[in-house]
Amino acid sequence: MVGALIGILAPLLQKLGNPGNMGICVACFERDIAGALGLHRAAVVQYLRPEIIGFVLGSLLAAYLFKEFRARGGSAPIVRFILGAFAMIGALVFLGCPWRALLRLAGGDGNAILGLLGLIFGIWIGTLFFRGGYNLGRSQQTHAAAGWILPVMMMGFLVLRLVFPTLEGQESSGVLFYSLKGPGSLYAPLIVSLIVGLAVGFLAQRSRFCTMGAFRDLILFRQGHLLSGVVGFLCAAFVTSLILGQFHPGFQNQPVAHTMGLWNFSGMALAGIAFALAGGCPGRQLFLAGEGDSDAAIFVLGMIVGAAFSHNFGLASSPQGIGPHGIAAVVVGLIVCLFVGFTMKKQFA
Amino acid sequence: MTKIVDTRGLSCPQPVLMTLKQMESLEKGEIVVLVDNDTAKENVARAVASKGWSVKQIQTEEKDYHLTIIKE
Repeated sequence: MVGALIGILAPLLQKLGNPGNMGICVACFERDIAGALGLHRAAVVQYLRPEIIGFVLGSLLAAYLFKEFRARGGSAPIVRFILGAFAMIGALVFLGCPWRALLRLAGGDGNAILGLLGLIFGIWIGTLFFRGGYNLGRSQQTHAAAGWILPVMMMGFLVLRLVFPTLEGQESSGVLFYSLKGPGSLYAPLIVSLIVGLAVGFLAQRSRFCTMGAFRDLILFRQGHLLSGVVGFLCAAFVTSLILGQFHPGFQNQPVAHTMGLWNFSGMALAGIAFALAGGCPGRQLFLAGEGDSDAAIFVLGMIVGAAFSHNFGLASSPQGIGPHGIAAVVVGLIVCLFVGFTMKKQFA
Repeated sequence: MTKIVDTRGLSCPQPVLMTLKQMESLEKGEIVVLVDNDTAKENVARAVASKGWSVKQIQTEEKDYHLTIIKE
């Protein structure tokens, strides 16, 4: 149900101004936030996306209302940070998080098929590590205030967005950067983005919606509970795209996408392993962070920093193809993930 | 002697994996699974049901849940 609802809302956001096949993309939007803050200066992807703020705060609200807010942390934070960074680097080689991979497919972008296959392959590798005893250790309960750090940061971002609004024809407004062209210049009205973000965050906290978990649980336990959410998301997004006239089947000239199949596959495979090892897709990490999970919050910060590295070092792809150092980054990322998977095991009685 | 599986502080899929492992080694009987969050509680309950075991009771102990699962 929640999956289907997100599947309807995302193409609607595109209709209202968000970039093509990018109604909601957690990786892209965190990358845009990194740009808005000036952590990278890729001129076309700078916008402080209110959807991300909404996801965290919506989840926070739901967690408090249903008494599920639990401040916790301390399960190998540095590893989670690095996994977040490489997850982002992989996702930006493909050009999208798992949500966007589904939205791209629903919008007719055939390149997304290889991305999704890569994602599933990466998650499958992750399940092999789980079977071999991989885990990052127990988290500890901590001060409620520690669980509030990322939500408060998000509130701070919202304040910045309100204090420094877009200025007609200006690349910057106060401390924030904005895009004049490219995906960063395409966005739905602030209030719509924020409300959709809050609603999705609230509902996804309740339903545990997770695209990585969907495939992981299917492979590991033959359980389709989370997968039903993903299928609902894809079907709803497909129908909504058709209705809104946003369905354009093909491989060439798809919005914010490239056609280098091997790297669509490999980038997403890297992201898939990193998501699996860290226990959640980018969306799920935001919702967990809203529930007080500071390890998930660190993964989110890792993703934002990873986005900055991606654009500063030419790792990220563009519609013309992969970046000059994208291949090297994917190889290094895979080695790091395999190192984490092979070395971090602990047996519990 | 009831087996206790302590999954507190671990995130999914760990609680389910540990519970399944214990279920396989016991084949039948009673196990108490300690979890500390609602997601893990739901996931363990779902996995237990799919393997022919059942959740006899769920006790709330401070911030944790104790799931007693059985198979006759």
